[in-house]
Amino acid sequence: MRTRILGFVALGAVVAMTVVGLFVVPADLNQGDAQRIMYPHVASAWVGYLSFGVTALAGIGWLWRRDRRFDAVALAAAEIGVMFTAFAIWGGMMWGRPIWGVFWQWEDPRLITTALLLALYVGYLLFRRLTDDPERRATRAAIVGIVAAIDIPIVHFSVEWWRGLHQTATIGSPDRVLNPSAPMQFVATLLGTLAAFTLAWAYLMIRRYQLARAEAQREESRRVERVMSARTAEPAR
Amino acid sequence: MTDAAFVISAYAVIIGGLALYTAVLWRRLSAARRDDEAR
Repeated sequence: MRTRILGFVALGAVVAMTVVGLFVVPADLNQGDAQRIMYPHVASAWVGYLSFGVTALAGIGWLWRRDRRFDAVALAAAEIGVMFTAFAIWGGMMWGRPIWGVFWQWEDPRLITTALLLALYVGYLLFRRLTDDPERRATRAAIVGIVAAIDIPIVHFSVEWWRGLHQTATIGSPDRVLNPSAPMQFVATLLGTLAAFTLAWAYLMIRRYQLARAEAQREESRRVERVMSARTAEPAR
Repeated sequence: MTDAAFVISAYAVIIGGLALYTAVLWRRLSAARRDDEAR
């Protein structure tokens, strides 16, 4: 019931912030309406970071406690993170074309490290399919998930460490949030969209976790059935 | 609206993708629950 309420709240928040981002907040003086893309773009990128961070933490949890629930959390977060990171890249491309003049630039460190992050976690999801043994799969996936998470700070700080087309971090320090250079209505819309996407993320995480647990139970009962039928098929000695 | 095609493409894919993923997740979850009950 609580998850359902969270779902309705998240839905309302995402719809409301979409309407605000598209129709209520004014267009940027320099960038025009293309700047409206920043709201879901930045929010998607944030939720992507959050997801992959959770995958890494859940991986550590699995290696430490050997509790299958950690593996289900890691899987849920990785799948949702891949989706949101793909959204962030798509939003960035749609903004980049009118503002930079190009959809993509292969020399830009932020773009490359983000594409790498997406590829790493798509690889993580594919890697999970390599073995049927749940214990071995969870251990291998945990290691891949933790190693891949090294790219998260590299993505975030790439705009500070190297020069490229991408501007510096939108929310890099508390000072930037408390004393923003942009008008307050832009900042409020961005923070509102961040909150709405985080609520949607929480709802999807719960549902995807429930699915992962149900799939794990089904996989386990199938395995037991296979063992039982193999035993009954053996000739009596 | 300036650059309308880009703004609409961005929002359509992100919000539409979010809705589509949620719908697919619901379907998969209800199928898994039906499977559990049948067992």
